[in-house]
Amino acid sequence: MDFSLTDEQRMLQDTVARLVREQYDFETRQKLAKSELGFSRDFWRQYAEMGLLGVPFSEAVGGFGGGGVELMLVMQEFGKGLVVEPYLATVVLGGGLVEALGSDAQKEDILGRVIAGELLLAFAHGEPDSRYSLSQVATKAERSGDGWKLTGQKAVVLNGAEADLLIVSARVSGNLTDTDGIGLFLVDPKAAGVKIRGCGTIDGLRVAEISLDGVQVGADAALGEPGKAYAAIERVTGRGILALCSEAVGAMEVVCNMTLEYLKTRKQFGQPIGKFQALQHRMVDMFMELEQARSMAILAASVVDSDDVAERERTLSAAKYIIGKGGRFVAEQGIQLHGGIGMTWEYAMPHFAKRLVMIDHQLGDVDFHLDRFSALMETAEAAA
Amino acid sequence: MDLNYTAEEQAFREEVRQFLREKLPPEIAAKVKAHKRLTKEEIVRWQKILNERGWFALHWPKEYGGTGWGPIKRHIFEEEMAAAGAPGIVPFGVSMVGPVIIKFGTEEQKKKYLPRILNQEDWWCQGYSEPGAGSDLASLKTRAVREGDYYIVNGQKTWTTLGQHANMMFCLVRTNPDAKPQEGISFLLIDMKTPGITVRPIITLDGEHEVNEVFLDNVKVPVENLVGEENKGWTCAKYLLTYERTGIAGVGMAKEGLRRLKEIASKQLKNGRPLIEDPGFRARIAAVEMELMALEVTNLRMVAAAQNGGVPGAESSMLKVRGTEIRQEITNLTRQALGPYALPYVPEARDAGYQGEPIGPEYANPLAAEYFNRRKISIYGGSNEIQKNIISKMILGL
Repeated sequence: MDFSLTDEQRMLQDTVARLVREQYDFETRQKLAKSELGFSRDFWRQYAEMGLLGVPFSEAVGGFGGGGVELMLVMQEFGKGLVVEPYLATVVLGGGLVEALGSDAQKEDILGRVIAGELLLAFAHGEPDSRYSLSQVATKAERSGDGWKLTGQKAVVLNGAEADLLIVSARVSGNLTDTDGIGLFLVDPKAAGVKIRGCGTIDGLRVAEISLDGVQVGADAALGEPGKAYAAIERVTGRGILALCSEAVGAMEVVCNMTLEYLKTRKQFGQPIGKFQALQHRMVDMFMELEQARSMAILAASVVDSDDVAERERTLSAAKYIIGKGGRFVAEQGIQLHGGIGMTWEYAMPHFAKRLVMIDHQLGDVDFHLDRFSALMETAEAAA
Repeated sequence: MDLNYTAEEQAFREEVRQFLREKLPPEIAAKVKAHKRLTKEEIVRWQKILNERGWFALHWPKEYGGTGWGPIKRHIFEEEMAAAGAPGIVPFGVSMVGPVIIKFGTEEQKKKYLPRILNQEDWWCQGYSEPGAGSDLASLKTRAVREGDYYIVNGQKTWTTLGQHANMMFCLVRTNPDAKPQEGISFLLIDMKTPGITVRPIITLDGEHEVNEVFLDNVKVPVENLVGEENKGWTCAKYLLTYERTGIAGVGMAKEGLRRLKEIASKQLKNGRPLIEDPGFRARIAAVEMELMALEVTNLRMVAAAQNGGVPGAESSMLKVRGTEIRQEITNLTRQALGPYALPYVPEARDAGYQGEPIGPEYANPLAAEYFNRRKISIYGGSNEIQKNIISKMILGL
């Protein structure tokens, strides 16, 4: 058992940490979030130059060959800066799906450009009524000539309006919630029949509602064998869960540290408010949640690439649940302990708090993952 | 980063399992799993078996007859002990006074007491708390006055766990009433057979006799029984409370409790179906299991840090708080799983040899009592509120 990082991992962590610390201050972040694009192409280029956009991809496709730990380290540091660039959408989800299912030609073309920072992806999977289900896909893919015709609605697609290429899930067979029968298709956002309505989010990111009205794609647009995409969707979503959990740990750390600092400096009744035991114990509770969250991110990182699907998914659900719960606690108590200043737009801490609460609305919230863990929970004698 | 145990560690786990399979008396394990009362003889018998194998003094250096194990091996050992239904090692001698004697004791004290702890010749109890000194331990009033070669001790100790079995007590006494509270305390070793000592049971809310009050009335204690310097006893006291507490999370016990909870919830029925299939109840089990998963990793992180020479200090307070919360929730759910059968209670049924017919399911009888008993774990060893004070001060600097 060993919790230490390799030299390479530490270097990766230091590199991202320095970038966030030195260049990604709160004012910069807010400016980017408010800009027309919603993030910075300059930073994106910088990430590419630093090799960050290749972190999770195998060396065979030009990546860094990183596993769960590397992804965790990058996202934790991004979480400390509330980074708004579309790393989750493009690298983790979009790129992950291409790597999992793409042909050699697709991988070389798409991942090459992703790693170089020249191509943005978005995973258009959720639908207006699917909530957090991964298998509920109403969007249809019908045979049309050599290719396919796609029709349906995609909801709250992360960075859907900024992407150069969409990866759209659509059902080629089966019933609404069957895991079998789901296909993935590469769709040009400018193709005829694609309508995209972009929107900001409460926590400074960008999403889009996408409608597909008989969108014609070629046979070469299919990612993997149409109908057999579910296992890859689940696996890549697992990486997304790890990424969000790690981002949350970074954000929780910032809220905890800022709140602790505030307790030491803010004076009322003639003394720092951190002298009051009611507040001390709340602060301790926040740090305990942070440590439990950190542990779950580590555990998630250790299983995310496992082929033992039941163990992997159970652990990832546990991580998302514990971190969703802890993240909300830290967010709410961070605001509470700050008092009025915690309610203001100009102060950084509340924006971290908002992100923490909203992370619970991505890739499954506490209720969803409690149900899911509950269903996957071992009840017989655990195989020791 | 690798969360798997090394081949060497796995081999060690297998060695422990084999030892427990061969040497743990099945009747003792059965009693532990069924929450039956263990006699002093059974506990001593088991601890002798451990000592014969050299596995009793987990924290002691090898030169004193300890295992010399690092934190990871100790963690594995404790986990396997709990899973096998081995009685927990009674901590007062081997885990509490032993390390203090090793650290602060004279050569004579080491030679005299350490082997007796290992051989189970002495049963130690703890003379810390007093009626007026609980969380505020330093306010203790039991007075020791030096007269020639003796201290004359007067006062009262309380919550003395298993004091009814003990022949020795390590005791905090006030030797200088004029100094600041922490600076006038000394650490004395007291023979319980000394005239002037009275032990009275305190029956706890579950009806059990586990703790006692100890009255000290002009008790003569030889000065050679002072550990460390006079008036420096607080240093020993604090050392004892922070010494190697990575096992404090109780992960092994919690896992065993969770396994048992699932087993019971699978046998209890609701609307004709196993209770564990009820979505609401199942979700509550799931929630506590996930908290336990997180705590186990947090514990391992601290164990690993300790292995690499980091000293587990105030971090262990977090393990204590979260570990006890989780274990209490497990006993709570276990009680709830019984439904109305949590109510009937036949205390005699917890003794070996009880022949009466059980009321309700066989496993039900002790579980409500066990729930009430476990309320103590967030109180003893520094209440969870005190643990939060420690974290607040030592880690957060508030």
